[in-house]
Amino acid sequence: MTATAATRTTPRRDTGRAGDRTTLTGAAVLVRFALRRDRARLTAWVLGLALVTLATANSVRTVYPTAADRASIAHGSANPALLAMTGPAHYLADYSWGAMLGHRLLGLLVVMAGLMSVLTVTRHTRAEEEGGRAELVRSAAVGRHAQLAAALATAAVADLALGLLLALGLPGLGVPGLTGGGALLYGAATAAGGLLFGAVAAVTVQITAYTRTASGLALGVLGAAYALRAAGDAGESGLSWASPIGWLQRSYPFVDDRWWPLLPALALAAATAAAGFALSTRRDFGAGLRAARPGPATGSPALGTPLGLALRLHRGLIGGFAVALLLLGAMYGSLLGQADSMLKDVDQIRQALARLGGHTLADSFAALTLLVVAVVGGVYAVLATLRPRAEESAGRAVPVLAAGVSRSGWLGGHLAAALLGSTAVMLAAGVGFGLAGALSTGDGGVFLRLTGAALAFAPALWVTVGFAAAVYGWLPRAMPLVWVVPAYAFVIGYLGPLLKFPAGLDRLSPFGQVPRLPAARMDWTPLAVLTLLAAALIVLALAGFRRRDVE
Amino acid sequence: MTKAIILSGLRKTFGRTTALDGLDLTVETGEVHGFLGPNGAGKSTTIRVLLGLLRADGGSARLLGKDPWSDAVELHRRLAYVPGDVELWPNLTGGEAIDLLSRLRGRLDRHRRDELLERFDLDPTKKGRSYSKGNRQKVAIVAALASDAELLLLDEPTSGLDPLMEVVFQDVVRQAKEQGRTVLLSSHILDEVEKLGDRVSIIRQGRVVQSGTLGELRHLTRTTVEAETSRPVTGLDALSGVHALRTDGLRVRFAVDGARLDAAVRTLSEAGLRSLVSHPPTLEELMLRHYGDELATNGHRSEDEAVR
Repeated sequence: MTATAATRTTPRRDTGRAGDRTTLTGAAVLVRFALRRDRARLTAWVLGLALVTLATANSVRTVYPTAADRASIAHGSANPALLAMTGPAHYLADYSWGAMLGHRLLGLLVVMAGLMSVLTVTRHTRAEEEGGRAELVRSAAVGRHAQLAAALATAAVADLALGLLLALGLPGLGVPGLTGGGALLYGAATAAGGLLFGAVAAVTVQITAYTRTASGLALGVLGAAYALRAAGDAGESGLSWASPIGWLQRSYPFVDDRWWPLLPALALAAATAAAGFALSTRRDFGAGLRAARPGPATGSPALGTPLGLALRLHRGLIGGFAVALLLLGAMYGSLLGQADSMLKDVDQIRQALARLGGHTLADSFAALTLLVVAVVGGVYAVLATLRPRAEESAGRAVPVLAAGVSRSGWLGGHLAAALLGSTAVMLAAGVGFGLAGALSTGDGGVFLRLTGAALAFAPALWVTVGFAAAVYGWLPRAMPLVWVVPAYAFVIGYLGPLLKFPAGLDRLSPFGQVPRLPAARMDWTPLAVLTLLAAALIVLALAGFRRRDVE
Repeated sequence: MTKAIILSGLRKTFGRTTALDGLDLTVETGEVHGFLGPNGAGKSTTIRVLLGLLRADGGSARLLGKDPWSDAVELHRRLAYVPGDVELWPNLTGGEAIDLLSRLRGRLDRHRRDELLERFDLDPTKKGRSYSKGNRQKVAIVAALASDAELLLLDEPTSGLDPLMEVVFQDVVRQAKEQGRTVLLSSHILDEVEKLGDRVSIIRQGRVVQSGTLGELRHLTRTTVEAETSRPVTGLDALSGVHALRTDGLRVRFAVDGARLDAAVRTLSEAGLRSLVSHPPTLEELMLRHYGDELATNGHRSEDEAVR
């Protein structure tokens, strides 16, 4: 340890020049410490993602044994809805097992590695500052850039571990076509995606003083990158080149094995991380880029009720997801006009979609993509229901409960906010989908049908809220388990068609119960059942919360 | 109804840790009751049971004549609570937090709130996350005292306050007592309890080991006497109850059991008293008598021990 880090005083703010070694003092220790803290979490992420990939690689061989099978699924995948969800159509030309992995999973792996990196970087930077722990660490002989560098390095370790597991594991399966070189590229592309979005988080944690806002902003960038490539791949336009996820998917591992698209991604990651370090010297410790402004001296009467308080605490989350889903819906909606013309010639698709009962191909396209939108809504539902747990852990539930608010009133306020929010975000998705859909098809009637179709998923989100609430009421420590609901719906919805899972698996998820509007006919019964189930779960949750100790 | 709080044989365990081990506590209506003990003695657990946030494993608890678990909401409208470690919503201002808690409790007395803000010199327009520890504490104190609660549960309320603000706090608590409110003041700051408390209960390892008025507790301990006489004092060492006698010419210093003070002073006056200084036992000394064994093992010897 150098003494200079502790004693150095600079009258002006440090510009953080490269080669200024003391600003990184202590980073190595912090990386070891961060890996120690996250050993279970990051291991679960890395192993989970690697195992899903390896299991998929293994099963595509058994599900599609012959070239004819593979040609058939390639044929069935050549429609805007599936291309929007998966990747560029170039993979379909020779849909080998390796091409399936590149097409169906690489984009998803980049998104998941990005998510893991964003959460890791914010947890070890802004969350530490917000929680007051960074102050203690920085008072030791630790350089001013050490914490951000350590957070990025920790995320990088996880990204590279995932990349390495994929590079070594995929050729090890003995599936023909999964070459060592292709697997190395596959792993490297995944890791590059993780590094890039980790670097994005290094910037967003400088902008805002709040951890949640910082991860929200970074995930917004991730979502925008995904939406751009989805629009580009579905419309087969150049739009995908505006998205780093699009670049990485165009490395075509196991197909063309192109390494060069990784270069712009890594260069962008390096530049973004450098921007993060530079911005960090332009702000005060504990603050965002803009100084905090004074707020109202008095609370409005609307704040003085449990629901009012909950809505105030939830409004950022609701607003963020409403905007995100509005844009995601609008992106899919704008493809609606093309869907009809693009799909017309594909007989097989017509038959498959006809089985869904769609009046038009556009309807079927909407029904497929709405499920993806609804699963993102499910992520909102879980996050919103985690809020009361966060309030309790942070010690902010006690003053409210000690101020004459009943247990049911307090939790009920949060759950009401989560239920209202669930409805609001699906409404926003429907409005975005409907407006863009009506514009792109030139049929005004589409607007109401699509808005209604999106709202039909609200009861599935209510069940998600109810399930998460019941876990909170009875087993608060098991809260991370509730991610199972959207994760299951996503895996079944996304990988199910490829891997031909039994149809019954879909029915286990609340999302699988919702009628696939507008392609299928409206059926009120499952929606009523879901609503009743949600109500029962919430009653159960309140009963549990009334009974247990508040932490 | 003269008892605000009656706890008897209260037990609470967390896994293998016993937090409360048969705790008895009685607080009379209208008194300021000091609740004194070291960190981890069970003070906050007791208050959380009183708030109905924790359910006791055994024993009984009555708060304002009701059950703190099943009548929690009704009781909370009649009491106000200040935790020792106040957590505020990062994106709400202090003023909003105060108004929120007051409105939830029932009524917002804006005049009283503004007066308290003034007295505690607190800026209500700052966001929760930008307050220092002491200012977060002030937010909770203002919210509690602006209410017309008949019972105040204060759990180490002054932690983080500067000495000036501690004085303001003491004034405000005295005012509350004059208005007939009951106060349970948990603290490890002995001076504070000594200044405000009518009665004191000392808690240690989940049990109340001593309870009574300050006078009663002093009775149990030793007064330190320093005196100067015109002639050398004789016969002090023969008196029972006199400890650690030190003579330095015409000056003497000793500790004496409360019950023997009278005899000791009489012996001194026989030698012609010139000056007399006596220190009533401080709560520090009271505490050290109870925790002396613990401190001794930590490498500290209390004065009390040394005297013995």
